[in-house]
Amino acid sequence: MKRAGRWLIAGLVLFLGRGERAKQLPPPEPLVEGGETSPRAELVVGALLFLAAGLAIAFVVVYAAGADTQLLGLALGLCLAALAVASVVTAFHLTPSEEVEEPYPEPRHQIETEEVDQIVRESGRHLTRRKLLGIAAGGAGAAVGLAFVTPLASLGPVFDTSRLRRQPWRKGVRLVDEAGRVLRADEIELGTLHTAFPEGADPEELGSPIVVVRVEPVRLDLPEDRRDWAPGGIVAYSKICTHAACAVSLYRAPHYEPSRPRPALVCPCHYSTFDPATGGTVLFGPAGRPLPQLPLMVGPKGELLALGGFSGPVGPSWSGVRR
Amino acid sequence: MRRAALILGLLALALPQLGSAETGAGLYLQHCVSCHGPNGAGVQPGGDHFGPPLQGVGAQAADFYLRTGYMPVENASDQPVRKSSPFTDSEIRALVGYIASFGGPPIPQPQAERGNPSEGMKLFTENCSGCHQVAAQGGLVVGGTAPQLDAATPTQIAEAIRIGPYLMPKFTERQLSDRNVDSIIAYLQVAKNPDDRGGWGIGHLGPIPEGLVAWLLAGAALVGVAMVIGARAP
Repeated sequence: MKRAGRWLIAGLVLFLGRGERAKQLPPPEPLVEGGETSPRAELVVGALLFLAAGLAIAFVVVYAAGADTQLLGLALGLCLAALAVASVVTAFHLTPSEEVEEPYPEPRHQIETEEVDQIVRESGRHLTRRKLLGIAAGGAGAAVGLAFVTPLASLGPVFDTSRLRRQPWRKGVRLVDEAGRVLRADEIELGTLHTAFPEGADPEELGSPIVVVRVEPVRLDLPEDRRDWAPGGIVAYSKICTHAACAVSLYRAPHYEPSRPRPALVCPCHYSTFDPATGGTVLFGPAGRPLPQLPLMVGPKGELLALGGFSGPVGPSWSGVRR
Repeated sequence: MRRAALILGLLALALPQLGSAETGAGLYLQHCVSCHGPNGAGVQPGGDHFGPPLQGVGAQAADFYLRTGYMPVENASDQPVRKSSPFTDSEIRALVGYIASFGGPPIPQPQAERGNPSEGMKLFTENCSGCHQVAAQGGLVVGGTAPQLDAATPTQIAEAIRIGPYLMPKFTERQLSDRNVDSIIAYLQVAKNPDDRGGWGIGHLGPIPEGLVAWLLAGAALVGVAMVIGARAP
């Protein structure tokens, strides 16, 4: 309540005090010669600024329509080039330039500062299409700003985050490889890494890809409640790194264990390293939480099946998922 | 004590063969037995010397480790690195033959000319480039380094895929068929002599050094433009 009152008072003060400026002094003697008008250059600059605005809008459109990298780069590159040419033309044709015999003195006193202000103000006096140039510059600025913030949309859904929690794994779903072939338990040899997907589901879904490895059963050290999740030492984890959603595609598989670091699943992007023997816990790297584990069982024909859904949310942490 | 006696006994048995060091068994007793144990039984960690058993690794692994110079290694805890082998070609053949007698897969016979380089590039990107980089220049893994593959022969590549040396995972025939391996080797032959369309390879290290060079050139270009459109104060 108190805060709202304060805001109200602040708003009132601003409203009542608007437009109150220091008394204007009578216009002083002009310092800058009129300079020649050059309407053609103004038109060129205006056109270039509008072109830049159009290209920035094109960037947004290309982004929305599938974001072809080459086209994105072309639109933004041409946009910045148009802005640059507009600046060069402005500098050469629209800004009066004088040969100065001596460098300006350092504007230390108030009078001198005001003089510089005046020079700047008057420099624009010879422009004939101020409004056009103002609109063009404003439009170009706004459009380029829009183009720069558009890629933020790639950071993920903002309002409806349920897509991030969806997962195609249910009890009894079979594990298949890239080609759709059913994965069998005896194919998972020690020291090999397999990527698998849920049978019949969209492999592009965030919750679809998993990595499957075999851990020697004696080395398995899963949490109490996951005791029967790893038949014969075969464990499965989400392939999506919990740090930045890269594919966990490296398997550190020591050929001879006593003298080597332990087996680990490694993400190639930032080297987050997860321990498959202990439930995907983080051994090294920037990941903040373990890889979600998928409970497994072996079917009557030796095929691998999911025993249920993941142990936690798949993919990088977002607001609401910290562990 | 009993182990020492055993080794001595074996040495005695092998003495007639030691006369001609050319024989695989003799070389094995001279250079390998301290870590891999008599008859390739392996030596458990605990002492200064230890190593994995060699029974079942076959000619495939023996040929790989000896020809790359990975073995013999000074310290069992070090990552083996490529170096020129202290053994001559005929000594390596003798040793490989002896280790193969413990059982295991033979030396693979890849046929790179059967492979398809573009298919190989796809397979290499999916399965190998995470560690070795797509240009096969090598890289880092947590706890070790992945070697650059310039010096690897087709046979060694085929062997490494099936063995999974050091920290590398192995790939079964179900994951990568022999034909797939041929394609990967065909791609690696291309990668050894890359066609640098841009002119400079810049170490084939990827976009970051390329970007640095691009920024450097762009910076020089910007200075040039600034000098053209600006005027030097008198």
